[in-house]
Amino acid sequence: MAAAERGAARPTGDNRTSRRRRRRCREHSLRTSGLAPRALPGQSARARGSGAERGPRRSAGIRCVAYNNQSNRLAVSRTDGTVEIYNLSANYFQEKFFPGHESRATEALCWAKGQRLFSAGLNGEIIEYDLQALNIKYAMDAFGGPIWSMAASPSGSQLLIGCEDGSVKLFQIIPDKIQFERNFDRQKSRILSLSWHPSGTHIAAGSIDYISVFDVKSGSAIHKMLVDRQYMNVSKRKCIIWGVAFLSDGTVISVDSAGKVQFWDSATGTLVKNHLIANADVQSIAVSDQEDSFVVGTAEGTIFHFQLVSVTSSSSEKQWVRTKPFQHHTHDVRTVAHSPTALISGGTDTHLVIRPLMEKVEVKNYDAALRKITFPHRRLISCSKKRQLLLFQFSHHLDLWRLGSTVATGKHGDTLPLSKDADHLLHLKTKGPENIICSCISPCGSWIAYSTASRFFLYRLNYEHDSISLQRVSKMPAFLRSALQILFSEDSTKLFVASNQGSLHVIRLLEGSFKHLHTFQPQSGTVESMCLLAVSPDGNWLAASGTSAGVHVYNVKRLKLHCTVPAYNFPVTALAIAPNTNNLVIAHSDQQIFEYSIPDKQYTEWSRTVQKQGFHHLWLQRDTPITHISFHPKRPMYILVHDAYMFCIIDKSLPLPNDKTLLYNPLPPTNESDVIRRRTAHAFKISKIYKPLLFMDLLDERTLVAVERPLDDIIAQLPPPIKKKKFGT
Amino acid sequence: MAALEEEFTLSAVPLGAGPDGLLGVEQSDKTDQFLVTDSGRTVILYKVSDQKPLGSWSVKQGQIITCPAVCNFQTGEYIVVHDHKVLRLWNNEDVNLDKVFKATLSAEVYRIHSIQGTEPLVLFKEGAVCGLEALLAEPQQKIETVISDEEVIKWTKFFMVFRHPVLIFITEKHGNYFAYVQMFNSRILSKYTLLLGQEEKSVIQSFTASVDRKFISLMSLSSDGCIYETLIPIHPSDPGKSQKVVRSLVLKTVVSGNARNGVALTILDQDHIAVLGPPLPASKECLSIWNTKFQTLQISKELPQGTSGQLWYYGENLFMLHGKFLTVIPYKCEVSSLAGALGKLKHSQDPGTHSMSHFVNWETSQGHGFESQNSEPSKRILRRRKSETSVEPEVPASKQLLSTIKKDSEKHIEVELRKFLAIKRTPDFHTVIGDIVMGLLGRWKTEPSFYPRNSLMQLIQTHVLSYSLCPGLMEVALEKTDVQMLQLCLQQFPDIPEAVTCACLKIFLSIGDDILQKADVNMESVSAYSDAVQDEHMEEQSEILQNGFNPEEDNCDTCDKELSEKSQDTLETTLCPVIPKKAALLNAILRSAYSETFLLPHLKDIPAQHITLFLQYLYFLYLKCSENATMTLPGIHPPTLNQIMDWICLLLDANFTVVVMIPEAKRLLLSLYKFVKSQICICSELNKIEVSFRELQKLSQEKNNRELYSIEVLELF
Repeated sequence: MAAAERGAARPTGDNRTSRRRRRRCREHSLRTSGLAPRALPGQSARARGSGAERGPRRSAGIRCVAYNNQSNRLAVSRTDGTVEIYNLSANYFQEKFFPGHESRATEALCWAKGQRLFSAGLNGEIIEYDLQALNIKYAMDAFGGPIWSMAASPSGSQLLIGCEDGSVKLFQIIPDKIQFERNFDRQKSRILSLSWHPSGTHIAAGSIDYISVFDVKSGSAIHKMLVDRQYMNVSKRKCIIWGVAFLSDGTVISVDSAGKVQFWDSATGTLVKNHLIANADVQSIAVSDQEDSFVVGTAEGTIFHFQLVSVTSSSSEKQWVRTKPFQHHTHDVRTVAHSPTALISGGTDTHLVIRPLMEKVEVKNYDAALRKITFPHRRLISCSKKRQLLLFQFSHHLDLWRLGSTVATGKHGDTLPLSKDADHLLHLKTKGPENIICSCISPCGSWIAYSTASRFFLYRLNYEHDSISLQRVSKMPAFLRSALQILFSEDSTKLFVASNQGSLHVIRLLEGSFKHLHTFQPQSGTVESMCLLAVSPDGNWLAASGTSAGVHVYNVKRLKLHCTVPAYNFPVTALAIAPNTNNLVIAHSDQQIFEYSIPDKQYTEWSRTVQKQGFHHLWLQRDTPITHISFHPKRPMYILVHDAYMFCIIDKSLPLPNDKTLLYNPLPPTNESDVIRRRTAHAFKISKIYKPLLFMDLLDERTLVAVERPLDDIIAQLPPPIKKKKFGT
Repeated sequence: MAALEEEFTLSAVPLGAGPDGLLGVEQSDKTDQFLVTDSGRTVILYKVSDQKPLGSWSVKQGQIITCPAVCNFQTGEYIVVHDHKVLRLWNNEDVNLDKVFKATLSAEVYRIHSIQGTEPLVLFKEGAVCGLEALLAEPQQKIETVISDEEVIKWTKFFMVFRHPVLIFITEKHGNYFAYVQMFNSRILSKYTLLLGQEEKSVIQSFTASVDRKFISLMSLSSDGCIYETLIPIHPSDPGKSQKVVRSLVLKTVVSGNARNGVALTILDQDHIAVLGPPLPASKECLSIWNTKFQTLQISKELPQGTSGQLWYYGENLFMLHGKFLTVIPYKCEVSSLAGALGKLKHSQDPGTHSMSHFVNWETSQGHGFESQNSEPSKRILRRRKSETSVEPEVPASKQLLSTIKKDSEKHIEVELRKFLAIKRTPDFHTVIGDIVMGLLGRWKTEPSFYPRNSLMQLIQTHVLSYSLCPGLMEVALEKTDVQMLQLCLQQFPDIPEAVTCACLKIFLSIGDDILQKADVNMESVSAYSDAVQDEHMEEQSEILQNGFNPEEDNCDTCDKELSEKSQDTLETTLCPVIPKKAALLNAILRSAYSETFLLPHLKDIPAQHITLFLQYLYFLYLKCSENATMTLPGIHPPTLNQIMDWICLLLDANFTVVVMIPEAKRLLLSLYKFVKSQICICSELNKIEVSFRELQKLSQEKNNRELYSIEVLELF
């Protein structure tokens, strides 16, 4: 920034530098593990009851993924009960999420009846999620003890769950509810996996040491297929069937804790084929819709692709062949999914990996590359510019830090000695088992607000010299129960809260109290919740965006809807309103950026030029969405945006790069003349110094704050992976 | 890839084309403008890009144009002949052909040729050729007769070869074809008789020709539907004398054999020809582009309204009469690429849609690649001739070779085989080679004296054979104790059954050194240490820890005691126990693929002393390995340490009880024991080091973590 200043306004060449404050936050989001990885089901079930946090805190691994072919969306559940929805059509953007809950460890996740999402977990409840309002529609106890598995019938109208007590229960899915229909023959041990025959007449259920095949009509078990416990000539105590898949030709594929993938004939109940693929558990299986390929995930972090391949080139006889192994995980692959064009896997190491099947991909585009999604696609950090404070949001607490300072100066690349180190001011723990949905600190630093799924909290902070005192604002109004997004106005006099009913509340903050000013109701007929908010620095305009509908702009002074930005196909990932001009800058998940003038109610000239020329192809191929946009107070031409792997200063006064120019051109050498500098310069000035970058903002004209989250730290907090001996094998 | 673009018709009005179609389409001096002469009285000048006529000229009622109008590129005038003998010259401004320059000649004109860079030439029906200038100076001059009485000119073409005009014309007489090449500058006329080869009865229906430095390549489309090529030298070796040229098959059955008319071909470029005609009997006529190099059909376009069997190609446009209308089909041929020829579409390089590199696709990779080539629209086996002078029957070369194998002598087979291998490889090359090997072996079975060793060696070295393609080969070699061939097979075949590998091992171990000395064995895997093993003792390296193992310092005291008095023991173990040739053969075994389960039972059959010998050799290799830090053996393709280890384990597993009982193996077992012990030591040390490194890494991480917060200076743009 400072250098740009120097180049444009003060060509004196003095060694003005910018001071950047940088901190690595300890954890971007702290999730409590619900299950010890690789624990036998029995152990974890016992541990569940205690309800207390066990062991070291760690990031939440992925427990289940469920792919919905109809909407091309992926539901992902984590071990802390969080459920995330990724839109695979929109560059794998995480468009929705449901906060976790300490007692809700999801063990199974499935889509049914088209777009309805269900989960079941060890608390014995079946939960349906409301994808519009982004809350839990209902939770229903199945009365079978912890639920280990769930499967929706091929028609989508029935739901099957497998319970701890060995029962398989069938539920009818009716509008807005599910209804218990009947129990199948009770088995002697817990049902860990379930799969429907595509015709819906039979099911396969994996238990411990055996697989049962049930007739759906009668509910009785017609076959019981015993699985060999032996593993490499050593008899293991038990063989757990982690996954089953029922194919339309009657074949049942099972994966188990002895590292086997086995093919069974369900008509005769006999073993047809056995593949020993791992020295550890094979924990998950997913079959493609065409039943010509499937994928399994192992505890060694490997996934294997199996394909139905002709025995010889001419014959029609086909057999299952293990074709490709992939190692994208360091830890257990707890779950896999098979989309028409990709293999999706997730596990304890918290990464969601989407591996495209190259033979199904025609051209090199966004979908042709391997995607590893590690960080949430939303902002978990807010900052108070005035007091130089950073508020970090974790799953069950908030941390407030005051940035340090220095008196030294230096040149590019120097790390300056600190005259004052960063202070940890506050550690605010939530009450109750629910995870924090969102949080915010006011720009003046004297207010903190956060929300869980059922409660809203507002705190007043008082600073006296070095000490700090916290005072909760009590008596929150009844309508302020849960918020999806919280925002303070620039002067910290107003609080904007997006509730999950689609309404936006405006609250005036006074010294120690507050007053409800207005509620913007959603347009009639829509119940979609607003996930992103932006307020103009002058406090006149408020922009709000939902998960799919367009961006609405409200006039805060007159308390009415000002305009709606034309709808765009891809979800909004970040919003901000520029000072003075009141231009609304919108970033979408397909990496497009629009600038919309709120007073003129139209796209700005610059935005039109950008759209006409198009973004650089490398810009459009970036991996992660833009999660934050900010502006330079003195330089209206600058827009600062960042994603997880870079930050970029967009200088609107410079020409746009075309596909022939180098998009990423680091600082040109200083010995180049100004002419060359100017010729090679273009509007996108990208820096990849800090990554993974969770947050970046401008504190003042010459100070940037960046928050990094090194991957090593996340990995260090994970349980150690299965150790593979390097030598002497 | 060759591509035909959207066709368009030049005029909305039907041309006055007779039953034989048009007289001709000729270039004018302006690109994009063409003179079209119909078979009646009219010449029309078309601008192709505008698809409209620019001018039209007709001769008087009663007169008839007999030769297509051409443009004199030197003057820009147009020339036409009507009533066989009357020449008319005019230019764009002229309106009435009656009033333009006229010259009446003394003989009948067959064609006027005009190309860029030279004056037009007039070819008379009697075969004489005359420059236009000379002719106009004296129109009534006597024209000599060149060709014999009943000869009729069938086709003619005019080229410029190094600025020398060359005219070729083909005549026919009683089903025989003759080619005349007239060098216009030197006035040399050479005559060639075209030999049709076996297809005596076929009638040539269409000709086309291209020219390079030395030859005119004359392509002809015969009535049997095949395209033949004849190479006619431009500079005759023996002018004046009639010579014979043969034709060779280029493409087989490109059009239906019984198509009477409507068949034409034209050369587009070096590798592509356009063919007009029905591809199958009773099918509609098609314009097809064939690649003669790859023998593939590139593109084909159906012309349902029928054609006149005429095809002209100028610039990038193909002209033909489609129904009643003159149709132009633009043709483009981009540079052929392998990917293009194999049918993989090349994506244009616009951003966002970069072409993908090719991935192995399990679902289609099994031999489907070949099928796709064979399943060209009409399954034709096409093969271009190599030799120009001999007309061979069109049996595939492999078949021919197989028949040769059945009867001919060893020597002859070898020569034929060499010839065959020199030909470019077809996609099914490996199966063909397999068939040949099986053919050779089949003859050997019936005729035990016949052992075509050289041919077999040659075939193995094609690198395409595998055990399953020629199952009998190694058995034969085993029977003949042909160690050289066995070594070659072990090196080349990826899929030798373990039983055969073991049989090879047995032979290698038991074969006498004197026999081996005579055999020609590939020594490259032992070359680097063969001298050392033969002559001198390896230097003792007691000071250097060999892979952490020093036999002298080993703490296996009890066993050492027995051995310590014999100081030469260590020396003995460092001597190669086998001669280099045997070592090379054993290395081939070590490097071959196997599966333990299947190999073990066969290893049990090997006599104990051979086992000991092999173990000694393996131990020697191990010691050689541990001499250097990378734990590799010198030489080209030596066995790796892992292979050596695995074989030691295998041998001991299979024969432990036997080996233990043999007194001479005792010392070896002791050293092996020590060596295993040392290996365990190393592994445990390595594991310790690994753990220590991990701890160090953790420590350094923690160190980094302490710097959780920093202020840095950053100059931004």
